[in-house]
Amino acid sequence: MADAIIAQGLVKRYGTVIALDGLDLTVPEGTVLGLLGPNGAGKTTTVRILTTLLEPDRGECTVGGIDVVRRPQQVRQIIGLSGQYAAVDEYLTGSENLEMIGRLHHLGRGKARERARELLERFDLAEAANRTVKTYSGGMRRRLDLAGALVTSPPIIFLDEPTTGLDPRGRLGMWDVISERVRAGSTLLLTTQYLEEADQLCDDIIVIDKGRSIAHGTPDELKREVGGERLHVVLADRADTDVAAQILADLGPELPVVDHEAHDVSTAIAGPAPRMLIEAVRRLDKAGIEPRDIAVRTATLDDVFMKLTGQALHGAERETTP
Amino acid sequence: MTAAPEVAQPNMARPGVPEGLGAALHDGWVVAKRNLIKIKRIPDLLIFSTIQPIMFVLLFAYVFGGAIKVSGVNYREYLMPGIFVQTVAFGAAVTAIGLADDLQKGIVDRFRSLPMSRAAVLVGRTTSDLLNNVFVTVVMSLTGLLVGWRIHTGIGKGIAGFVVLFLFGYAMSWIAAVIGLSVRSVEVAQSAGLIWLFPLTFLSNAFVATDTLPGWLQPVADWNPISSLVLGLRELWGNAPVGAARGHGFPAEHPIQLALMWIALILVIFVPLAISRYRKAAAR
Repeated sequence: MADAIIAQGLVKRYGTVIALDGLDLTVPEGTVLGLLGPNGAGKTTTVRILTTLLEPDRGECTVGGIDVVRRPQQVRQIIGLSGQYAAVDEYLTGSENLEMIGRLHHLGRGKARERARELLERFDLAEAANRTVKTYSGGMRRRLDLAGALVTSPPIIFLDEPTTGLDPRGRLGMWDVISERVRAGSTLLLTTQYLEEADQLCDDIIVIDKGRSIAHGTPDELKREVGGERLHVVLADRADTDVAAQILADLGPELPVVDHEAHDVSTAIAGPAPRMLIEAVRRLDKAGIEPRDIAVRTATLDDVFMKLTGQALHGAERETTP
Repeated sequence: MTAAPEVAQPNMARPGVPEGLGAALHDGWVVAKRNLIKIKRIPDLLIFSTIQPIMFVLLFAYVFGGAIKVSGVNYREYLMPGIFVQTVAFGAAVTAIGLADDLQKGIVDRFRSLPMSRAAVLVGRTTSDLLNNVFVTVVMSLTGLLVGWRIHTGIGKGIAGFVVLFLFGYAMSWIAAVIGLSVRSVEVAQSAGLIWLFPLTFLSNAFVATDTLPGWLQPVADWNPISSLVLGLRELWGNAPVGAARGHGFPAEHPIQLALMWIALILVIFVPLAISRYRKAAAR
């Protein structure tokens, strides 16, 4: 299978701030790559470079086999972009917005109108088609923005945090629409802060932090890397984290991961899980520490991120169910 | 969301990349129409951009009309070309605000990710602002006729005057475009787009004859492009003063040629500058 998106050694600086520090990625045709990372990791910069909005300082990239820096106008013909901030015109109606994009793709008036009608229908916006976007909810704007990226059914789609700021229902709606595109054969690159989202939608995940790729694999591979199951101790008092970390370090096969904000200390399981759990409880009790929570849980992508960067994803939902 | 899978298969084959003037005009018109719809949807914009010139004509005609004497011409007739030029110049500031707004809202990003002409957003914006200026000028002309302004030279020169006026407004829009693409917010665009226009329009012959200014300031006002334009319009419409009130030297002798030269110069410099700014413009 050919690679639809290839980037090699992308570097981008803003003054003294290094946004991208030699990022590599490839997305095989017909698959979904998730770029996962906290705010400021370089996700949006990557998308802006690959969609011709920004030139990299160094590095090479091709989209659909076309050099992005040398032939940007040709790249624009085969991509769709839906950004972090819904870029729809709020004084136009939903159908006027889509028609305008169709016209700017040189579809011709009739075809642009026809395509707008189709998309509004499929994105559940038919009833609001003739209302100005000003009256739309956040979820409706996002759907319209995504529809705008799909006017020409582009083979390669970039979505920059497609569900940030949406309520759970809005998010599920977006996931539906996105999955449908993938089934239709599109190649997708999406950025997200939500681990659950990457887990749901992506074939491959690249975890990026400070402009570098720090891990790469399928969601399962990444979770396996931190161990299938992990012992978590959540403490009531922050002062107890050091002692708890020492105890888990003695019991576990690796240095424990400490989330200072959540007072959560965790490590991979060594030996039978119940025995490790009992031993941990015994030693914590002996040290006079009463944890707020202690449990063995299946590793999540959040653990992956925590372990790789030593920090939690900002704004990410923590999964608490086993 | 309906369950039916999308029929259109992704296809790599696309028609050729549209380039050149044809594409710029087509895409520019699509963008211009979008801007005009916005004016239609926010009628307050149009109401206020109409009230202001009416107010200006009436205020200057009745407040200054009695106080200012210009030799060889009635002050209200002398005044109107000045107000036309000032209004059209200030109208261009809308271009800066509109572009800054689109940048801030990420709409420019959307446009830049489309395979459209690189010049289209600017062509569209300046075109819709030109049409806005034409509308305002019509309203102002009618008000002018009511307070006693007349074109004394005939239909050909009368139209020629308006054409020069609109060309000038269009050129000013491109300066404003560079400002709008250089600032980071709509608020800054609002003041940055307007502030330089005050000295530019007032240090001229728009409202008073330049020979009433302090001696050292007179050459500045005489050579001000606004002065050439205003005097040029007065000439074309038969509203020009006589003698020293016209100003001094070359600008007083060849206002129309100078005005056209300024318009061409502005376009030659600011059209490419605005387009290169647009290419680099990154919303965030």
